[in-house]
Amino acid sequence: MASSAFVSRRWLKANALLTPTGLWLGIFLIAPLAIVVQFSFATRDTGVARAVLPWTTQAYLTALDPAFLPIFGRTLVYAGATTIACLLLGFPLAWFIARHGGRYRTVLLAAVLIPFWSSYLARIYAWKALLDGEGLVNTMLGWVGLDRDGGFLLTHGAVILGLTYGFLPFMVLPLYVACERFDFRLVEASYDLGHGRTSTFFRVVLPGVLTGVLAGSLLVLVPAAGDFVTPKLLGGVDQSTFGSVIDDQFRGGNNWPLGSAMAVLLLVLVVLVLILRGRRGEDVL
Amino acid sequence: MNRRPWALGLVAALVFVFLYAPIAWLAIASFNSSRSLSRISGLSTQWYAELFEDTRVLESLRLTLQLALASAVISTVIGTLAAFGLRRAFPGRGVWTVLLSLPLVVPEVVMGVAMLGFFVKIAGIPLGFGALLFAHVAFSLSFVVVVVRSRVSGMDVRMEEAAADLGASPSVAFRTVTLPLVAPAVVAGAAFAFLLSFDDVVISSYLTGVGSTTLPVFVYAQASKRGVSPEIVALSTLMVTATALLLIIGVMVASWRARKAGSVAQLA
Repeated sequence: MASSAFVSRRWLKANALLTPTGLWLGIFLIAPLAIVVQFSFATRDTGVARAVLPWTTQAYLTALDPAFLPIFGRTLVYAGATTIACLLLGFPLAWFIARHGGRYRTVLLAAVLIPFWSSYLARIYAWKALLDGEGLVNTMLGWVGLDRDGGFLLTHGAVILGLTYGFLPFMVLPLYVACERFDFRLVEASYDLGHGRTSTFFRVVLPGVLTGVLAGSLLVLVPAAGDFVTPKLLGGVDQSTFGSVIDDQFRGGNNWPLGSAMAVLLLVLVVLVLILRGRRGEDVL
Repeated sequence: MNRRPWALGLVAALVFVFLYAPIAWLAIASFNSSRSLSRISGLSTQWYAELFEDTRVLESLRLTLQLALASAVISTVIGTLAAFGLRRAFPGRGVWTVLLSLPLVVPEVVMGVAMLGFFVKIAGIPLGFGALLFAHVAFSLSFVVVVVRSRVSGMDVRMEEAAADLGASPSVAFRTVTLPLVAPAVVAGAAFAFLLSFDDVVISSYLTGVGSTTLPVFVYAQASKRGVSPEIVALSTLMVTATALLLIIGVMVASWRARKAGSVAQLA
């Protein structure tokens, strides 16, 4: 089709434009991640809490110890439930804005993001106050007899609510992009051809916005699995998650190889999810 | 679902309630006369007064704003270049896409500890403003690329071709045609980058040095001891109000310009 000189000029131009970004990410992101892999095979030096040679797989054996299983399980439940909750809340919102937003679409989309211009910690503490035993939520539920002694703080539900709140925009934005590209006439066509609402949803709407669903889930699932601030602030006594165990190993200077090995396990999860996604969600991300 | 838009609208409205409930509560609590966030005991503006006298908060606010501004400028410039680089297909674009999606999906705690280890043990970069800036650009860049790229790839190439046909040089065509078309996305990307940097707790908490504590890190350290202080609640309220006002002004200016453009088009 095109001459090879043309293709290579285009290739050169594209790579020239991408070079600054590539350098920055290479030095300040890829190199650090590679170092984490190296750290994960290092021997623990208890004296100065530093990772030193010789190489060993001890950190991985410790990380995969059954003692950590409940923590892994809890983390996966938090991350999975958060992703599902974000989908359930985000899809109707994204669809509504794209389909019925009219000339206010941009404003409505911006309105989704405005709350995030305040301190994340302040918002989490606001939820803390709202979910408290004497808080507004429990008081209002009390009017209909659904209140709970001591409120909803320090429960798994509170953690999932906090995570959902924090990650919702990352679900709404790619879903909105997918909904905006969706040809809404297909829904009418499906109804005209005799499909019901459920059948239309699963056979027409969902395949049409699948790229957005995949992209949004990707942006929520793995980052939520790594979050430790929200479980710490809203969760109960035993709120250790994958992220908080990693954090403990580094912040206390306790065991960098162990923290690194766990970070590598999370990176493996990232790579697995990226492979599973394949190329399908690529144009949205 | 089209037959009952009101049901969908109701769900959307409830999601907005969910998004704004804590913000509304913060605004109310910022005028509370006691320190408590959960019980409102009376009206007062004392926390706003104390906020403007708290030099430690103001100092870290200044540092955080400088950092967010620098990070937003750098990531917007090089991220916009990258978005243009990805415009047309070329061998290796898939590799770039995977590289650019990494900061979006790698958990913050992993990026934070990786950067800490690399900066301290390998690269010899001292913790503080520089380290924070390197890190913040690294995790904001991809968001800029995503936002700008969606606009660039949806752009009509014929507009630029028309400019070239009408005798515009490539640089003139870029300045007068391409740039105005992508400007909204560039602004959105910059705002995104600013926000990500301004509110980052986790990564920053590993990289702050002595005397370079960002506001979120300061708040986190303070909050884990005795909860969020009322001054921070007041500051958050001011931030949201300012953003909402900026947005409203932006929408008004945009609709005014659209009306003006419409009347010019009618004249012609």
